[in-house]
Amino acid sequence: MTLSGWVVMILSVGFVTSMLVWCIYLVMKEPEATERLHAQDEIDTRDTE
Amino acid sequence: MNQKKEVWATRIGVILAVTGSAVGLGNFLRFPGKAAQYEGGAFMIPYFIALFLLGLPIAWTEWAMGRYGGARGFNSLPGIFRVAWHNKLSPYLGVLGLLVPVAIYMYYIYIEAWCLGYAWKFATGSMSLGTDKSQYAEFFTRYVGLNAHGSAFGFSGGSWSDSVLPSLLFCFVVNFIIIYRGLSRGIEMFCKWAMPALIACAFIVLVRVLTLGTPDPAKPDQNVSNGLGFMWNLGWGGKSVWQSLANSQMWLEAAGQIFFSLSVGFGIISCYASYLKPKDDIALSSLTACSGNEFCEVALGGLITVPAAFVFLGAVGVIEATRSTFNLGFMTLPMIFNTMPLGQFVGAVFFFLLFLAALTSSISMLQPAIALLEEGLGLGRRASVAVLGFITACGTGFVVYFSKDAVALDTFDFWVGSVCIYILATIQVILFGWAIGVERGHKEIQRGAEIRIPKFIMYIIKYVSPVYLLAVFVLWLFQTAGSYARKIASDPVVAGSVGFMFLILIFFLLLIAQSVRRWNKLHPLTKETGQ
Repeated sequence: MTLSGWVVMILSVGFVTSMLVWCIYLVMKEPEATERLHAQDEIDTRDTE
Repeated sequence: MNQKKEVWATRIGVILAVTGSAVGLGNFLRFPGKAAQYEGGAFMIPYFIALFLLGLPIAWTEWAMGRYGGARGFNSLPGIFRVAWHNKLSPYLGVLGLLVPVAIYMYYIYIEAWCLGYAWKFATGSMSLGTDKSQYAEFFTRYVGLNAHGSAFGFSGGSWSDSVLPSLLFCFVVNFIIIYRGLSRGIEMFCKWAMPALIACAFIVLVRVLTLGTPDPAKPDQNVSNGLGFMWNLGWGGKSVWQSLANSQMWLEAAGQIFFSLSVGFGIISCYASYLKPKDDIALSSLTACSGNEFCEVALGGLITVPAAFVFLGAVGVIEATRSTFNLGFMTLPMIFNTMPLGQFVGAVFFFLLFLAALTSSISMLQPAIALLEEGLGLGRRASVAVLGFITACGTGFVVYFSKDAVALDTFDFWVGSVCIYILATIQVILFGWAIGVERGHKEIQRGAEIRIPKFIMYIIKYVSPVYLLAVFVLWLFQTAGSYARKIASDPVVAGSVGFMFLILIFFLLLIAQSVRRWNKLHPLTKETGQ
């Protein structure tokens, strides 16, 4: 395996792994939507009148 | 809708369900094969460009369209299109969101059954066919009935119990049990254990492959390091990276790989996202699901398949094996597993992982049609599952019966599994980018978002993605459609397969017509529902 091969492999595998870890971290950091309490002004009643 | 609306129980559940839908055989067989064919490392450049210009924007589009429709009470693509674009024709454009997953399911479950059958045979030791590849080719031909029509059913001298049918029946029943249990108790619960199990299986196989060293001391060049090099090195045969990148076919294949791998254009993501709550995040969830798929493809698939094949077959053997996904997966790899130490165990784990990948995908293909039967005709879960079970059983029976040279499977895969997917993805992107528009579209993606999606992504969705998609589609069609079109005239089974797909299309169009009548009565479009 050449140096360029190592670079491409580490960049590709490292990029997708880092992206996944970062996304999972952000997802886990936030509480489940069902557990969140919404303020009055966050509630969309879909009432346009 | 009259029935109580189903919702995902947890956020991680929907992410795993979408990831499971995307992760399939292509991640572990097609991607490494394509990368090996197109100078390994160089392939990754157009691959990642396609991910950012095509894959991620279309995925966000599908998630946003789905949640948009779901907030207005619709879970099927015809219903979602109806509220996204106020036009009498719009629900009918969504017919491909039913035809594509259902028709793909009809042959995909057949392939799923091969994976389960191979896993079982490895686990029970009945897959030890030696080191001669022709034995595996002969077994595969007999097992899936490639030698004659009807042979998978035992009609042409084959034995029923020796064939793929027991696995197929098992897969069919498991799929419909999961679907019958519903969204959160069925699909979500299953994906929550299946996806971690799949990744655990992949790690077991990965560790075995990376510790193979140099299995044959007489061939010192055939080692893991060179196997990885074969997959990832830049510049083969004295070619520079620029020479490799000048190959337009590589760009086409890379875009196609991203497109099919992320399962965009199936209508499944929109259906799944429609069960979200109106202010649930989609920006981060979509990115997480895409990242999960990419991790399975690049970090797991990219390190397993080609290096394993290389250490036993060498460069020439890998090039020959990667010309066909079925050849690589069901003839070459089984022989390789039987050659390596602990191969029986690793083979069972590898095919079980393929089975899980296929199962998490196939269950997702049933949900869009179930959604239409429920919300369009007002059927209950049991009746919807029964109707869809009958339709898909007929289709799968057709594909399995006409198994000689996998002609029916190949025809379904080309016309629905490729052509219709491109068309549906283009429709979705154009609807989102042009009918919903940049401002509303961006607002829709950003609603409840936990990461900020830059506005220029909307311009990519509006201008770049459709052009990129159409360019890839036209080029690909130009290269492949001629031979498939000619086969319709020359081969009655191909003509019959196309006719069968046409019948399903008509059936779904009639179903949509009936649904639209019902929706117009129960849920007439107002400015609000379509806003």
